[in-house]
Amino acid sequence: MSMLEVTRATLVKDLRMEWRSRDAINSMLFFALLVVVIFSFAFNPTAEESRLIAGGLIWVAFLFAAVVALNQTWARELRNQVLDAWRVSPAPANALFLAKTLGNFLFVVALEVLMTPLFVVFYELRSVGPVWQLAVVALLGTWALVVNGTFFAALSIRTRSREIMLPLILFPISIPALLGMVDATTSILTGEASPDFWIRMLAVYDIVFTAVCLLLFETVLNAE
Amino acid sequence: MQGISDPHPPPVIVLDNLVKFFGRFAALRGISASFAPGRLYVVLGDNGAGKSTLLRIVAGLTEPSQGSLTLLGARRVRDVAHRFGYMGHAPLLYDELSGRENLRYFAGLYGIHNDEAGREAMGMVGLDPDLSRRVGQYSQGMRQRLSLARAVLHHPELMLLDEPFSNVDVHSARAMAAVLGQLRDQGKTIFVVTHQAALMEAVADEWVHMAAGQIVNREPVLRGAAAADSGLRSAR
Repeated sequence: MSMLEVTRATLVKDLRMEWRSRDAINSMLFFALLVVVIFSFAFNPTAEESRLIAGGLIWVAFLFAAVVALNQTWARELRNQVLDAWRVSPAPANALFLAKTLGNFLFVVALEVLMTPLFVVFYELRSVGPVWQLAVVALLGTWALVVNGTFFAALSIRTRSREIMLPLILFPISIPALLGMVDATTSILTGEASPDFWIRMLAVYDIVFTAVCLLLFETVLNAE
Repeated sequence: MQGISDPHPPPVIVLDNLVKFFGRFAALRGISASFAPGRLYVVLGDNGAGKSTLLRIVAGLTEPSQGSLTLLGARRVRDVAHRFGYMGHAPLLYDELSGRENLRYFAGLYGIHNDEAGREAMGMVGLDPDLSRRVGQYSQGMRQRLSLARAVLHHPELMLLDEPFSNVDVHSARAMAAVLGQLRDQGKTIFVVTHQAALMEAVADEWVHMAAGQIVNREPVLRGAAAADSGLRSAR
């Protein structure tokens, strides 16, 4: 059976289940909203200051919110031990990983689309550099977060305190990507430097970590 | 159907000195056995005897600590994944989806992309294929039956069923046992781990007794004239 078909079927199934329960998207939205409001009260920056700190604020908020969703990635597969049905089937393991990663990517992108206008309003953001570059950084950065997050969430499903374990593993490994996202975003918002280097670095990071995760996922899935 | 063409067909499962440790606890202690195709085996034993562990190892869900197994002629379980079905303790179903949605999805994992397989499997276990209710709202018995349907929807030649009758009412359990008998008559090999041996009496071919991580006894089920003859002999 084709990997593409199984990936598509699993993605559709996950989106349908999320649409019915809205577990991940609701908790992510609520969390990100709280971060935006609390940060805006805590710092109360001017428009000029906002351009300098917004890159960090936005990505830290999205990273924390993404962890909420990533922690739930495998929860549905563990309930009723559905993962066992997957493991005994002949379906390729990487199809499951890709579908889960794509699902998380869509959830986090949806969150970013919903939250970005709030960031703009609360922090009076006006970009000096080209806005389309922000979209490129957002897509590459989001993939970097979810590909590692989905993989490490799978790695921690058999640990007793997996909610704690995921950020402990994910945050250190995401530091280069986070650095790229923050610096690229700040460069675009302030217009003071070119974000090209950071965008290229994010692209390389995505390719390397996607390849490594795909190579190792079957081992992680079948680990006892 | 049994043994019509070949009087000595190759075994479907060959276990060679299987040992499984969980920490320092030995769940299986050197099991060696082989099982012929087209028969319905009922695995019996107390809790902790190693029945479920053995079934999980055969299904490729758990690695043995020592020993090896050959499943349907293959050394790697994954190579024959499309040829067996597994039903676990838990239902292995998504609560948020309906029965048909569940079966449609799992059929896709076996390369089956039509709705008919799911409908047929649901009908076989006595569930209404048009039931739109989500599995989370099913009774325990209905979940078990749907779980059986999931395990058989790709028409596997070997079925590994762990406690298929738990939480199922007696009437439904008898119906499920009869279905298993029909599948065996079609040439399937079936392993049923259960504590409810009485339900399987009418259809089982062999009792496999386990205790303390070992197979301690295997006895064929005698029916009809053979059982009567055996009864007379033991009365004398």
